[in-house]
Amino acid sequence: MQITIKLFAMLKNGRFDSAQRECPDNTTIQDILNGLAIPVSEAAIIFVNGRHANPEDDLHHADTVSIFPPIGGG
Amino acid sequence: MDKILRIDMGADGGPKITETPLGDYAGLGGRAMTTTVVSREVPPLCHPLSAENKLVIAPGLLSGTIAAMSGRLSVGCKSPLTGGIKESNSGGQAAQVLARLGYAAIILEGKPKTDDIYKILIDKNGVKIVIDNSLKMLPNYDLVTKIRSEFGDKIACMSIGPAGEMMMNIASIACTDMELRPTRHAGRGGVGAVMGSKRVKAIVLDDSGMPMRTPKDPVKFKAANKVFTEGLLKHPVTGQALPAYGTNVLTNILNEAGGYPTNNFKEGRFAGAAKISGEAQAELEVKRGGLATHGCHRGCVIRCSGIYNDKDGHFLSKQPEYETVWSHGGHCGIDDLDSIAMLDFLDDNYGVDTIEMGVTIGVAMDAGLAKFGDAEAAINLVKEVGKGSPLGRILGSGAGVTGRVYGVERVPVVKNQAMPAYDPRAVKGIGVTYATSTMGADHTAGYCIATNILKVGGFVDPLKPEGQIELSRNLQIATAAIDSTGMCLFIAFAILDQPETFQALLDLLNSFYGLSLTGDSVVELGKKVLSTERDFNTRAGFTAMHDRLPRYFSTEPVAPHNVTFGVKDEDLDKVFAW
Repeated sequence: MQITIKLFAMLKNGRFDSAQRECPDNTTIQDILNGLAIPVSEAAIIFVNGRHANPEDDLHHADTVSIFPPIGGG
Repeated sequence: MDKILRIDMGADGGPKITETPLGDYAGLGGRAMTTTVVSREVPPLCHPLSAENKLVIAPGLLSGTIAAMSGRLSVGCKSPLTGGIKESNSGGQAAQVLARLGYAAIILEGKPKTDDIYKILIDKNGVKIVIDNSLKMLPNYDLVTKIRSEFGDKIACMSIGPAGEMMMNIASIACTDMELRPTRHAGRGGVGAVMGSKRVKAIVLDDSGMPMRTPKDPVKFKAANKVFTEGLLKHPVTGQALPAYGTNVLTNILNEAGGYPTNNFKEGRFAGAAKISGEAQAELEVKRGGLATHGCHRGCVIRCSGIYNDKDGHFLSKQPEYETVWSHGGHCGIDDLDSIAMLDFLDDNYGVDTIEMGVTIGVAMDAGLAKFGDAEAAINLVKEVGKGSPLGRILGSGAGVTGRVYGVERVPVVKNQAMPAYDPRAVKGIGVTYATSTMGADHTAGYCIATNILKVGGFVDPLKPEGQIELSRNLQIATAAIDSTGMCLFIAFAILDQPETFQALLDLLNSFYGLSLTGDSVVELGKKVLSTERDFNTRAGFTAMHDRLPRYFSTEPVAPHNVTFGVKDEDLDKVFAW
């Protein structure tokens, strides 16, 4: 299945802004984090298709995963 | 900070200065001070631009001390924009300097009978008020240059631009930053119009020769400040993300969450978001020789601001904040940072609230006055405000009036104040705050984005109504208390997550004043401030019907999640039922 991965703020440094990856079925967000060497503590906010998600959640074909470090503003 | 300065601008024979001890107002600072004074002394049914209204300027309880982040200023009055009570909060140097000069509040009262305009100088020798008509209609940057040539560099200045002199509903009060630029504003609610109605153009504050305020227990105070500062520096939001990217780091996350209001709240995602994001902004600032990290007042350790230079490397504006980038950016369909920075500069120079101004332009675009995405047209519309043309006067009255004048059905205001940068349908907690805040639509009044989107202080799903009332209530209470300390609201990111940093804040207050406040005392303070504000608004004619979002947020879903607000009216009425 195909997954779009988007990284933001410090997480994109040395990696990428946005990339498409071919992944096996049953891939979880944790698998994606492992593949990118992003510790869970740095992936503070994760969206799948614009909804908050957790590392253990499964991904499905055509999902967009957006990963943010701890950030704030206002 | 043991006295109050009252200036009756309408006294026979010219402004009359009175200094009094704190009396009944002892122990109050910041928002608690402004709210209490306005509530007791301003008739709720008065016209906001009349002699009966008062402008109350108050540093926080910890302002003027060595405590980190303690430089926030509260400005209170009856708002010409909302018709209710207002506390507009600003950074910059004014709070620290005013506190060191010994004033817990300046209260401007009455109204002159002539068209002369005044400047007020406050220093260690006292207060001087002089007529200076050479300042008439000067924009803030030109005004500060002139003031600087007269009084030197060791001052802080509060001022109004042409918008304030014209008593526009969206007029701000500018406070200078550490470099004496008029970049930090008490923006919301038209406080600049009230200062304009008093005919006060500038308040020059000079604390030369005045010592830092002294705590009752200096040893404990210093120790508490160390723990407090360490807490701020170790939290990833206040220690890393805010300094690196500024508040505009939020653009991408709100856009991903589908809660980024686009083209006057028609959609929840903006195709040009990445181009105007905090990441792009910081990179450009550094590339052009500006700064991506900069504090707005001495004692700030978060330093979320920056300096935005133009393509030739010359200063254009301070780093536009997230709300400003949104209101002039996605809300207007504009994806060009240079245009947004120019709009930010014009707003600061004319002295208008960047949120209200940007939202108004978006409403004007909806009315057909310009096309969404047309940055040049947006700049020209703001220039009309600066000129005070008939069109500029309409726009300078805010989004609500502009929508009425041009027959726009969808106008995102509550209590006539424009909504900030979060769609309340996709981020329901902030919708509860918009609806119920005593201030009108105001994100800072109870910043549910923290818990709805950023997972600070726990997590409440932004797309579900459940839990939003309690979240907004608790944050509104906490905010009212923090706004009374003089602390920057961004300390909330750290104190919500780190109990020891919250305790350090209590220790700062306790060791400075010889108190024994607990977490419960803070909650009680917040509730008291909110109850006082609610009471004023009730006496000013506000009812439960004013605690509602415009109807279209309940009937028209917003993409990409295709959701409406969905929080029940009867639940909104429970926010203040404690």
